[in-house]
Amino acid sequence: MATIHDKPSYTEFHPRWYRTRMSTYWWLGRSGYVLFILRELSSVFIAWFVIFLLMLIHAVSQDQEAYNQFLKWSAHPIVVTVNVISLVMVVYHAATWFNLAPQAMVVRLKGKRVPGLYIAGGNYAAWVVISALVAWLLLR
Amino acid sequence: MAEKITLQVVRYRPEQEGRPTIQEYEVPCHKEWVVLDGLNYVKDHLDGGLSFRWSCRMGICGSCGMTVNGEPKLTCATFLADYAPGPIRVEPLANFPVIRDLIVEIGDFMRKLVEVKPWLVRQEEQPLAKGEYRQTPEQLEEYKQYSMCINCLLCYAACPIYGLDPTFIGPAAIALAQRYNYDSRDEGQRQRLDVLSQHEGIWGCTFVGECTKVCPKNVDPAGAIQRYKLTAAVDWLKGFFMPWGKGKA
Repeated sequence: MATIHDKPSYTEFHPRWYRTRMSTYWWLGRSGYVLFILRELSSVFIAWFVIFLLMLIHAVSQDQEAYNQFLKWSAHPIVVTVNVISLVMVVYHAATWFNLAPQAMVVRLKGKRVPGLYIAGGNYAAWVVISALVAWLLLR
Repeated sequence: MAEKITLQVVRYRPEQEGRPTIQEYEVPCHKEWVVLDGLNYVKDHLDGGLSFRWSCRMGICGSCGMTVNGEPKLTCATFLADYAPGPIRVEPLANFPVIRDLIVEIGDFMRKLVEVKPWLVRQEEQPLAKGEYRQTPEQLEEYKQYSMCINCLLCYAACPIYGLDPTFIGPAAIALAQRYNYDSRDEGQRQRLDVLSQHEGIWGCTFVGECTKVCPKNVDPAGAIQRYKLTAAVDWLKGFFMPWGKGKA
């Protein structure tokens, strides 16, 4: 069957450019794109953790009964599953951004650019130290 | 007799066909031959009608960027033997309109490049008697990486943002703006800010990072864009908290 594409309206002085459109599934085309989309998607799980934290604060600010209710709800297998997936995604989110930090942060010491490994390493170290501090404050 | 390898070349002849088609050619697979050598073999011996851009054969002119097995590559630096036993699919660069065969239309980039003023901007030229504008090795180091850009446009082909929204000014143009912004002799940062800090400028970028991965000259355009986001954000904060100082930067 003839389509419009079979009849190029080309003349010598009016070149007919061929334009492609990006597929909806462009992000499956390269592994880098998939990792990028996963990083973007991980923001949703960050938002979920913020909501979860606000719900916890709300429960604590009520009374013992509300807090126990919240604990019971949190222990539900679906909530636990969602939180485990969220934790994985939040760790992925943090790690990918830490790994990208050297590209955005150019630090020079005595005229020499500090190697990216040190910049990313500094971020990871700060992450560990702050996490340990928070854990110590909560668990002591 | 050398081994042979098959090139699957995407052809587009607008006077004959409404959409690109694939044509296969068998070319010798010498170990020192690159994809561009294969294409030149086709042009010289098999099909003189095949159209593609090339010039220097040594990764400096930036003309021979194409898509090789789905990856944006300089065909002068992509060896046939690395893809043995083949076949090798050679397509025009993605995200650009195709004029003919492997030749894409790059006018959009050329217009955007001029917008960011990729040259030394001076408020006032110093008199000749004062001599050259001298720089220390450290000052050179500040921008040298970005000055390696050869405008091959592999970064545009790898950038999904540019593919989805062609108004995005794009990786190479921003990296080249930064090449002058970080130059100690330049005074054009304020003029470039207006172009770069709009949505189609740096803020269109979501840091996919593929531009940096495909860059054959290690320019790191993604890094250049993120660094400029910081510059623009600091500038905005300064203007917000200290409006009296605006325009002095």
